[in-house]
Amino acid sequence: MKPFKPVLLEAVGVPDGHTIASYKSRGGYAPLEKVLAEKQPADVVEMVKSSGLRGRGGAGFSTGLKWTFLPKDHPGPIYLCVNADESEPGTFNNRILMEDDPHQVIEGIILSSYATRASTAYIYLRYEYPRSWHRLQGAIDEAYAAGYLGKNIRGSNFSLDIYLHRGAAAYICGEETGLIESLEGKRAWPRIKPPFPAIEGLFRKPTVVNNVETMACVAQIARRGVEWFKSIGVPADPNNPRDPGSYGPKLYCLSGHVEKPGCYEAPLGITARELIDGFGGGVWKGRKAKAVIPGGISMGLMTESELDTPLDFAGPGKVGCLGLGTAAVVVIDDHTSIVDFLHNSCRFFAHESCGQCTPCREGTSWSLRMLERIKAGKGRLKDLDILLEIGQTMGMMPGSTICGLADGAAWPIKNAIKKFRGEFEDYIRRTNPSGWMVTDPVPALQIVGAH
Amino acid sequence: MPVVIVDGQEIEIGADERLNCIEAARRAGKEIPHYCWHPGLTVVASCRMCLVETGQRDAATGKVTMVPKLVPGCQTPAKDGTVIVTESQLVKDSRARVEEALLIDHPIDCPICDKAGECLLQDYHFEHGQPERRADLHPFTSRRRDVGPTVSLFVDRCIMCTRCVRFTREVSGTGELMVSARGSQEEIDVFPGFPLDNKLAGNVVDLCPVGALGDKDFLYQQRVWFLKREANVCGGCSAGCSIHTEHNQDTVYRLKPRENPHVNKWWICDEGRYGWHHLHDPARILAAGRRAARGTNGHGTPGSDFDAVEWADVVTRLRDDLKAAGKLAVAVSPMLTVEEAWMLCAVARSIDPEAFLAVGHVPTAGGDETFPGGFTIRAEKCPNRLGVEAVVALYDPAVRQWGDLLTHVEAGNANAAWITGGYSRAWIDEATAGSFAELSQLVVQDLFDSPLAAHATWRLPAAGFAERAGTWVNVAHRAQAFVQAIRPPAGVWPEARLYWNMLGRRGLYDAVSVRRQIAESSAAFAALAGDLPATGVDLRILQFAAP
Repeated sequence: MKPFKPVLLEAVGVPDGHTIASYKSRGGYAPLEKVLAEKQPADVVEMVKSSGLRGRGGAGFSTGLKWTFLPKDHPGPIYLCVNADESEPGTFNNRILMEDDPHQVIEGIILSSYATRASTAYIYLRYEYPRSWHRLQGAIDEAYAAGYLGKNIRGSNFSLDIYLHRGAAAYICGEETGLIESLEGKRAWPRIKPPFPAIEGLFRKPTVVNNVETMACVAQIARRGVEWFKSIGVPADPNNPRDPGSYGPKLYCLSGHVEKPGCYEAPLGITARELIDGFGGGVWKGRKAKAVIPGGISMGLMTESELDTPLDFAGPGKVGCLGLGTAAVVVIDDHTSIVDFLHNSCRFFAHESCGQCTPCREGTSWSLRMLERIKAGKGRLKDLDILLEIGQTMGMMPGSTICGLADGAAWPIKNAIKKFRGEFEDYIRRTNPSGWMVTDPVPALQIVGAH
Repeated sequence: MPVVIVDGQEIEIGADERLNCIEAARRAGKEIPHYCWHPGLTVVASCRMCLVETGQRDAATGKVTMVPKLVPGCQTPAKDGTVIVTESQLVKDSRARVEEALLIDHPIDCPICDKAGECLLQDYHFEHGQPERRADLHPFTSRRRDVGPTVSLFVDRCIMCTRCVRFTREVSGTGELMVSARGSQEEIDVFPGFPLDNKLAGNVVDLCPVGALGDKDFLYQQRVWFLKREANVCGGCSAGCSIHTEHNQDTVYRLKPRENPHVNKWWICDEGRYGWHHLHDPARILAAGRRAARGTNGHGTPGSDFDAVEWADVVTRLRDDLKAAGKLAVAVSPMLTVEEAWMLCAVARSIDPEAFLAVGHVPTAGGDETFPGGFTIRAEKCPNRLGVEAVVALYDPAVRQWGDLLTHVEAGNANAAWITGGYSRAWIDEATAGSFAELSQLVVQDLFDSPLAAHATWRLPAAGFAERAGTWVNVAHRAQAFVQAIRPPAGVWPEARLYWNMLGRRGLYDAVSVRRQIAESSAAFAALAGDLPATGVDLRILQFAAP
């Protein structure tokens, strides 16, 4: 593995790295001034588009392309929402950026607002990040004082206000239209699409929703150039016209059963094994990995034999996972029960399902109840078939829900059962020797409410 | 014309119609099951019952490209070339799964649920559900929560379609209802201290596709499969909302709105909804009576001043009495139908060719009240002022009003008066009634006794709205014909029957033949010729078309 000098994380470990003075000493805000003085918004869009930057929030949609969906010559206002509601289990890359280098994020926001002609930007921050909240607000205040925010920034005709909004701790607020609804002061029920936010978003105006890390990448592209960005990562697959390639550095959040968990910056395309062994110091206590979550719990599971899969936008999909997601790699060692893993996963999604669409609302809670029952020693082999059916029919991809939360809930279920069915069957046979073959309905267990 | 292909069947839709797949499929006779979608509310596409397969047929090549996943029919517009598949295995499986999911947390307490028999969850389960339950069996729970003075929420029966929530936000504009908690713990609730208490609140019960919202007025009164329904018109105000009167054995149990895009869309107000109880009030006048000779008690009802008169005798003796009295003044109540008003005027003029005809008392309360969704409750609390005015105008272009009649009587220009009422509430005070004290004959035909009874020489019962047949003309000149839903109580002849007999007509009163006759004989009512559509006609239409 080639050594890689962190770019997005360069402020980590720098004393007072979160201050504007430190950020400017590292070359920050100079690119912004240059862009404001020399470039038109369309040039910035073109720059980001040609860099091949794909959104870091999970779906991996081309950022530049997203910006071009905004209506041309719209009288405004156009809004930029920065999604800092980082709630995917195992994910903490946005947090590092917001806590240790908030100005990098803010510079990215200013550049992106300039490109999209937004004069108001909202940062939707998850409630559980008080430190990020203080650091970001401090950085916003510093940026106002330094004249990078406000009216006529640096003598250009461009004005921008950034508002930091603290959410109230719900996973669904990370879905872009759920975020918009929540920002409008409503219940965070994702909207039906179309219309997409680029056409009708926040306050029914054109809106771009981007991730915090995407913003940081925009700042780095402006500073180091498109060529630098494209030199990192995995180029597009010439055999797959729908693969736009995975360029740039990525923050991988490594956690779980590894010796050295943490947030590591690496070029896109590093394999899971390289990440675990190279950065994480290997699976802890000298054990072997049983499974690895490639990018947050909703992306599914990779088995030990699939660890050589490159963690780029196309890689995890090739082994049956949903995608790269947030690149939150969670290692599960071979002492861990996959039944426990799935139970935990189902508990999370049953708790976080917003409850709007029937298949997700009932499917997540039904799967949790079945897992509760299996864990209580009353499982049946039939439950596995039902779980698999729920996993295969719930979600935006089969068309049964409005947003992708259900896909995220479904993927761990179907990956776990397909890839570890033997372990589930053994568990059920062992814990329920008299009833594992029952196929009639059985009484439900009392479960503790989600709240 | 755009063509939509529903299960292989091509149907044409209007060029500027904006239909979704559910509406388009309905045109082709295919019912796509749905819970959360309602034509009067915003689309949320959350119940996922209406999932269908769709595609697009290329106009040039005829090649069909299907969308590779299921889409909600409520949210997907039907345009030219849209292909809708409602009966594929994929769609059927999806419906069965949604039904199954909805029943996981449902108590399945149909035997004690008021909705049973008209419940979409039941209907769709039989049609689209799976035969066996795979989900774990739950202990039965049926929590009941009061959400307002008229509505009860059976929390566990709810399927979270949020129709009721959207109604209070979009139509009544009061926003009392909300969704609390999250995921499968979700419940409909009211904000603490703000109960569901608005003038349209009862509509949420109609909107509820399952038994979650119950109308306390109807709760446990009658099983819905015993109910028969008749297309009626609400007589509560001049809006003239289309309703269904639901009744069994001549007893009304509830009123439901009947969809009418020209009048009330899908809604009615609570005042109208609960405005049927007077029909079964024991205080109603239940027999025809003629004042007993002074100094004697009537032999009709014990303690009454009236002698009971057989209806066959009323027909002749009433005419004789009025004829003997001389100059007649008649108040034609705006509660009467056009047919009744027309026959009453004819009867009056046959008794006294110079009879003074006036529109009866028009009760009002407050001002018109319009809700954000466009629904209006009218201040004028009678259904047919315009219709009666048009009838009276046929005889007297001056169209005298109630006030004119009082002046006329007080000036001593009349010897006899015939006051028709049909009002469900007290409408006249002692002083006004005193104007009629000196008349030699006073016929009072009303639902309940009023101060007029003290001076009446004839006391005749009237029919309630559900006991009439005929036509009412609402505030927007829309004439709606309706049939008799229930028989009046024993001893009561509806006004129409009395007038019909007094005019010497044979057989039973037939509203349709009278209406035809009115339409043929007067230009103002020309629009009433022929069969009227269930949603009524605009009385002005043919007049505008006339040269």
